[in-house]
Amino acid sequence: MAELTNELLVQALQEKFGDQLFDIHEPYGLVTVTTTRENIIPMLQALYDDAFLQFQFLTTMCGIHYPDNKGQELGVIYHLHSLVHNIRLRIKIFFSEDDAVVPTATNLYATANWMERETFDFYGIRFEGHPNLIRILNVEEMEAFPMRKEFPLEDQTREDKINTFFGR
Amino acid sequence: MELAKQNTQIVTPDSYMQELTTLNLGPTHPATHGIFQNILQMDGEKIVSGVPTIGYIHRAFEKIAERRNFYQITPLTDRMNYCSSPINNMGWWMTVEKLLGVTVPKRAEYIRVIVMELARIADHLICNSILGVDTGAFTGFLYVFQEREKIYEIYEEICGARLTTNMGRVGGMERDLSPVAIQKIRDFLRDFPKVMREFETMFNRNRIFIDRVENVGPITAERALNYGFTGPNLRAAGVDYDVRVMNPYSSYQDFDFEIPVGTKGDTYDRFMVRNEEIWQSLRIIQQAMDNLPEGPFHADAPEFYLPPKQEVYRNMEALIYHFKIVMGEIDAPVGEVYHSVEGGNGELGFYLVSDGGRTPYRLHFRRPCFIYYQAYPEMVVGTQLSDAIVILSSMNVIAGELDA
Repeated sequence: MAELTNELLVQALQEKFGDQLFDIHEPYGLVTVTTTRENIIPMLQALYDDAFLQFQFLTTMCGIHYPDNKGQELGVIYHLHSLVHNIRLRIKIFFSEDDAVVPTATNLYATANWMERETFDFYGIRFEGHPNLIRILNVEEMEAFPMRKEFPLEDQTREDKINTFFGR
Repeated sequence: MELAKQNTQIVTPDSYMQELTTLNLGPTHPATHGIFQNILQMDGEKIVSGVPTIGYIHRAFEKIAERRNFYQITPLTDRMNYCSSPINNMGWWMTVEKLLGVTVPKRAEYIRVIVMELARIADHLICNSILGVDTGAFTGFLYVFQEREKIYEIYEEICGARLTTNMGRVGGMERDLSPVAIQKIRDFLRDFPKVMREFETMFNRNRIFIDRVENVGPITAERALNYGFTGPNLRAAGVDYDVRVMNPYSSYQDFDFEIPVGTKGDTYDRFMVRNEEIWQSLRIIQQAMDNLPEGPFHADAPEFYLPPKQEVYRNMEALIYHFKIVMGEIDAPVGEVYHSVEGGNGELGFYLVSDGGRTPYRLHFRRPCFIYYQAYPEMVVGTQLSDAIVILSSMNVIAGELDA
């Protein structure tokens, strides 16, 4: 079997999902692509089933919040790993805060179950089709989604501590 | 919801008791080694279903990290897998170094390898000896805890702390290995194999122990990969994935060691894989000690590495850098980086997104425990209650890492 390199991977991705991919780059040697929310599950499935690429290991998944990107505030970032080739791939999707629904990956990866629950817990991203989408680390009664940027860690009304002095 | 579904469980015709019992295993139970709850449905002694509840010691590290300078995040990583905190510390520093583009000198890398392997030994010792305790063999635990104490003394000699070590700096270590530390490591390398052999003699071929652990909680390689298992638990299932070999960091490519794998992925395999990894870690430490390179123990990166205190009082540049580092005025470059190390329990990953500020924009920890613990219900269904305890301790679930 031929060796899979980052260049070959980008090439293969472009052949398969050409018009669905944006912003392909390689920060610190890890191929990173952005795709659409509709395309994410077919893409994960195709990468899983591909006889050559074999991206069959979901390393981790997390949410992210960019409040200034209007219409694309929330995101989910998947880290895949092809253990056969030892190549990693990062896939991002972004969507609006008002419509934070993503199809679930639990049908493909059992490990996505708690990762999605954690993402829901932190960011309020709902995963459609998830078998048990409830909070995992925080208490059930909590109403806010604490990792969103509108919840600063320190009390913003404090006057004795001027942020610019502390490089923030 | 899952709980409601559970309570309407239908009793099978061949049920022994003709009714199910709900049992709360945890949150505080001496055999769970940490605070997490399992609500088990029992048919007599047999487990019908299990629902884990976690989050009892959730401390929102990912949120806190968004407000902390890079050097203030190491204490947070300590408290994830507190059985092997140096590995977490070093993993975090390597992530930051990758982002900043700092090259670490060889000596610092070797010192890190020594410390990380010592931590791995301590971690595996805890897991395996506690597994012994859970099966009723208390003696082995007492044998090896004396050696674990010696590892903690070595930490103490290197960084001053024992459990939550906060070890290392950007670009290397905070101080060189002292002669006392070197002596203690050498003493450990000399004395430990004897104790380890004793420990293995007690368990490896012990009929009573094997009866308790063999074929208990097996998991196939396919399921393990699908569940995102890494580390000893995955290797016990027969997959030879080890970050130290696949993506060598910190000069691991210089060392000669083997990756033990199991076949069935049951509790006995997990136990044996950890035991063998202890021997391999010893080999690595021995090689690192024998070939410890001369040279600086930290990178020449004055804008990130805190200058020595006596320099701060005499030298203008050192004072400026000292001030800027302590006040957190060093900006990191824009970028995103994922770095993973082989932690005690598996692939410990750090996904760091920097927007060019002084703190991470987003920091996500890939905690191996959190990811593989979700397979626990699947592994315990159909087993006895006492097996569930054994499976739990053989998976080495550390509450701090589970909840972050």
